[in-house]
Amino acid sequence: MTNSVSCNKCNPDGSPLLDVVSTAGLKQIAVLGMPNTGKSTFFNRFTGANASIGNWPGITVDLLVAKIKLGQQETQVVDLPGIYDLRGFSEDEEVVRRFLESNPVHLVIIILNATQLDRQISLALQVKHLNLPALLLLNMADEAPKFGVKIEPEQISRHLGMPVLSMSAKYGQGYAQARNLIALELSRQSEPILAGKIDKNVVSEAEFAAEMGALLQDGFLVSDAFKNTLTTKLDRVLLHPVFGLPIFFGLMYLMFQTVYTVGKPLQDWLNLLVEWFKTTAIEPLLSFLPKFPHDLLIDGVYGGMATVAAFLPVIWIFFICMAIVEDSGYLSRSAYLMDAFMERLGLDGRSFVMSLMGFGCNVPAIMGLRVMRSPALRLLSMLVIPFSLCSARLNVFIFMTTALFSASVAPLVLFSLYLFSFAAAILTAFIFKGKYPNQEPLILELPPYRFPTIKQMLLRAWGETRHFLRFAWKFIIFGVVAIWLCNNFPTNVEPASAGTISGTIGQALQPILGPIGINPKLSVALIFGFIAKEIVLGGLAVIYATKQDAGLAGAIAREIDWVQAYSFMLFTLLYVPCLSTVAVIKAESKSMKFALLGVFWSLALAWVASFVFYQGARALGF
Amino acid sequence: MSLAELSTLPLGTTASILGITTETVLEQRLQALGFRVGKQIAVIRKAWLGGPLHVRIGTTEVIMRRCDARSIQVQPDLIGV
Repeated sequence: MTNSVSCNKCNPDGSPLLDVVSTAGLKQIAVLGMPNTGKSTFFNRFTGANASIGNWPGITVDLLVAKIKLGQQETQVVDLPGIYDLRGFSEDEEVVRRFLESNPVHLVIIILNATQLDRQISLALQVKHLNLPALLLLNMADEAPKFGVKIEPEQISRHLGMPVLSMSAKYGQGYAQARNLIALELSRQSEPILAGKIDKNVVSEAEFAAEMGALLQDGFLVSDAFKNTLTTKLDRVLLHPVFGLPIFFGLMYLMFQTVYTVGKPLQDWLNLLVEWFKTTAIEPLLSFLPKFPHDLLIDGVYGGMATVAAFLPVIWIFFICMAIVEDSGYLSRSAYLMDAFMERLGLDGRSFVMSLMGFGCNVPAIMGLRVMRSPALRLLSMLVIPFSLCSARLNVFIFMTTALFSASVAPLVLFSLYLFSFAAAILTAFIFKGKYPNQEPLILELPPYRFPTIKQMLLRAWGETRHFLRFAWKFIIFGVVAIWLCNNFPTNVEPASAGTISGTIGQALQPILGPIGINPKLSVALIFGFIAKEIVLGGLAVIYATKQDAGLAGAIAREIDWVQAYSFMLFTLLYVPCLSTVAVIKAESKSMKFALLGVFWSLALAWVASFVFYQGARALGF
Repeated sequence: MSLAELSTLPLGTTASILGITTETVLEQRLQALGFRVGKQIAVIRKAWLGGPLHVRIGTTEVIMRRCDARSIQVQPDLIGV
């Protein structure tokens, strides 16, 4: 009797098979869990990684959703953000609350880390008090014995009043049983249930603690083994007060090298492919067009697509590496190592890792900031990262330093640019830390060291690459086309010459750029550089109308002296990173205003730095 | 020994949590990570130059800034681990 009252919408026990047949329509499953429990791994396995982004009533952020067939039942599965507490105040916790309050579900799947059940069980208890149909999966069960943890799923199930099963989403043990259990529970639930107002459903703190204590007493046994595991041994070395930091920098250097040495050839190879496709297919196909639309389509639109494509290999490899750094548990450790310094800048250790990665390419580094929860911390980091001297800028600087400085001085000049890069980042953090106060205290879990599976790495890399493509391609192609038009309009003069829109802008900017030693020709190159810093060189080649690098170096060396050149490099280092970085900042901050702030601030800093340098050097008689 | 703040607990010692006095947001976060009254907590390491603490509570290991650790009152255990 009580059973049918408390479990208000369940079908009476007896004929689950019939229910499956009789239940028409789509059933709703929500996947809920704490961070670091392998929830995404479970979601990917459960849905075959076919998730897309969906919008939901009551909430503003996008959630991952997938449609799958469980037996005969069409089911929609939603991946809710990982949260610690249903009553919590974080953005993610608000999202989960709003979702459960406005979207009725047939089943809530709770994913918790078996080893840490002593604290994580609180989330399952909270769900119990909501009277939602739920089942609990104790994930990472393979780790529990290593930490001396023994779990009694039947006891936990008795306390929670919901089915409980141990499994490993990563390696698959227990997964088949979990899937069957989900299908069975789903078939029993014909009507979706809406959670009531969530705050009111929670019992008093003392009552809650007593309930939790009783459950753990019966279902969770732990020995002292967890005090001496492989993780604690590794931490003794990797978090060592003296060796910790050198090891960290060594590992970061290794990752940087990997992204660069593997990504660069792939990028070159992709460029060749894009070029080959242009000459063998696109150009013959469009040869009937007059020169202007022909060039617009090829140099503008197709050129824009090539710019997008050039980023793909770097992003892909970067996120393979990030998957390792993050899933291994090392990212939180790096926060521990670097935090004393970064805290003084209003940032934390993780921002430092991303800034370092920015020296390869700013775009994935900014995307990588998503691991942080505090929006203010993310925004401050987004202002800082673009000052990291990325590989594209490095190409320009190597070319200019070798063209204008002797072989013995050139490396020093290059090194000084790296110092400016650091200084600009630190200054920016210092100035803006008041505007973006990092409210989130640094309290991070140190998960045990794990190695991600190849599948996890590939999924992550593919997901991020797809994410980049989705938002970036329109923005970048539009930008490339716009700048192409500026350089080629009106059509009766030489491209990028004084008569074109760019040339006119270059002239018009002289009152601003003149005082920092940048002549109209170099100004046009800076406008090129707005697309991508790689194009600065190509831009200079167009402007100085020479094709070969050697000729270009000579032509530039004849026209400008080293003070102008250094001022130009300083400006190139600091001003707007590139169109793709701006696009990614806009997408990640979800604010055009913020993206513009970043653009404006970097332009202002670039100008001031170049002005001080140029006028200072001239005043000293150089 | 008597009442102390977690931030002042010597390296390698354990203590029991007596209370957490901070804003609700942080308190809930700490609770979710396993910081509850009566639980035993161990200080495993402290970063140099005023950097974060590395503590263990139950089976969970956590790093936290010293300023955040100040809000946790503890009763140091007499026998260290």
